[in-house]
Amino acid sequence: MSTTLEQTAVPTGTWQADTVHSGLSFEVPYAVATFGGEVTDFDAALADGTLTGSARVASLKVKDEALQAHLASPEFFDVERHPELRFVSSEIRRDGDSIEIDGELTIKGITRPATLRGTIAGPAVDHFGATRLGLALQTTIDRTAFGMSWNMPLPNGQPALSDEVTLKADLTLVEQ
Amino acid sequence: MIRVLGISGSLRSGSHNTALLRAAAEEAPAGVTLELWDGLRAIPPYDADEDVVPGPPPVEQLRAAVREADAVLIATPEYNSSIPGALKNALDWASRPLATNVFRNKPVAVVGSSTGAFGAVWSQAETRKVLGAMGARVVDAELAVGHVEEKLDAHGRVADDDVRAGLREALELLVAETAPALVAA
Repeated sequence: MSTTLEQTAVPTGTWQADTVHSGLSFEVPYAVATFGGEVTDFDAALADGTLTGSARVASLKVKDEALQAHLASPEFFDVERHPELRFVSSEIRRDGDSIEIDGELTIKGITRPATLRGTIAGPAVDHFGATRLGLALQTTIDRTAFGMSWNMPLPNGQPALSDEVTLKADLTLVEQ
Repeated sequence: MIRVLGISGSLRSGSHNTALLRAAAEEAPAGVTLELWDGLRAIPPYDADEDVVPGPPPVEQLRAAVREADAVLIATPEYNSSIPGALKNALDWASRPLATNVFRNKPVAVVGSSTGAFGAVWSQAETRKVLGAMGARVVDAELAVGHVEEKLDAHGRVADDDVRAGLREALELLVAETAPALVAA
């Protein structure tokens, strides 16, 4: 008899992000559409049931050089004073392939509670024999709570840039 | 020694805003010097065709003055509810190239005065907006000197204690912002 057991356990042991096969990005409603970018220099690990991650904000990439400079400036991330952003989990809840992770998110030197929600896949052995775990996570933050209140009014009086920003982490974690 | 560069948005020889900067130099706390930049008149109109390396000599002199300063104090009048053209033009030149411009991460305070009641508040707000877009570290100094001619003595020197206190406060905010790495991450 074969039985599919509903997994509720968070994998134990130590897992490090394979950053080539992982991504960290943001999306924010801007005017009539959604604008996004990604951070390329980051690391993440799941160790003893705690997920941690940090990213170098200077590696934030958007498609326009002037905009990238504005995002690095004191009006947004203030990269000179706050070069890193961080997440440290406090509790991970798994229900099958759904996962919720409570923790503290630090951006621009300001730490706020955040809950990441998404899916977990694996563990599974890859074609090179390594054991991988996939986490697709996202959360929505109010950027003004992290000291980023820049805006511009549209001709209709509405602000051009949403305060709500979705952060996404697509992580491939490799068992160490 | 912390070096503050004073930039007046007015070219007028008897400028009230230049008087504010002279008073700020007198009020500078120990360890702080304020030097007035007097090159505004020589800055040509911004022209992207002329925006090459090096730029026009007066522009390069402005860029060098800002680069060498630890902080900048701008005192601006208000023309038609906004920034005087000459000042905006100088900031536009200084902002190039945007990603590495000399105002990037530079602590800057904006103050202003007018002969009307409001003390150039709109011009100040727009100057702060421009500086923010340039990547400057704009401090929360608030000094809007209305009816400024009543606050100067017969020699054009600022004679008002509240205005002098406001200038001291602006300089103190600038000094605090020049302190190395306030927060590690």
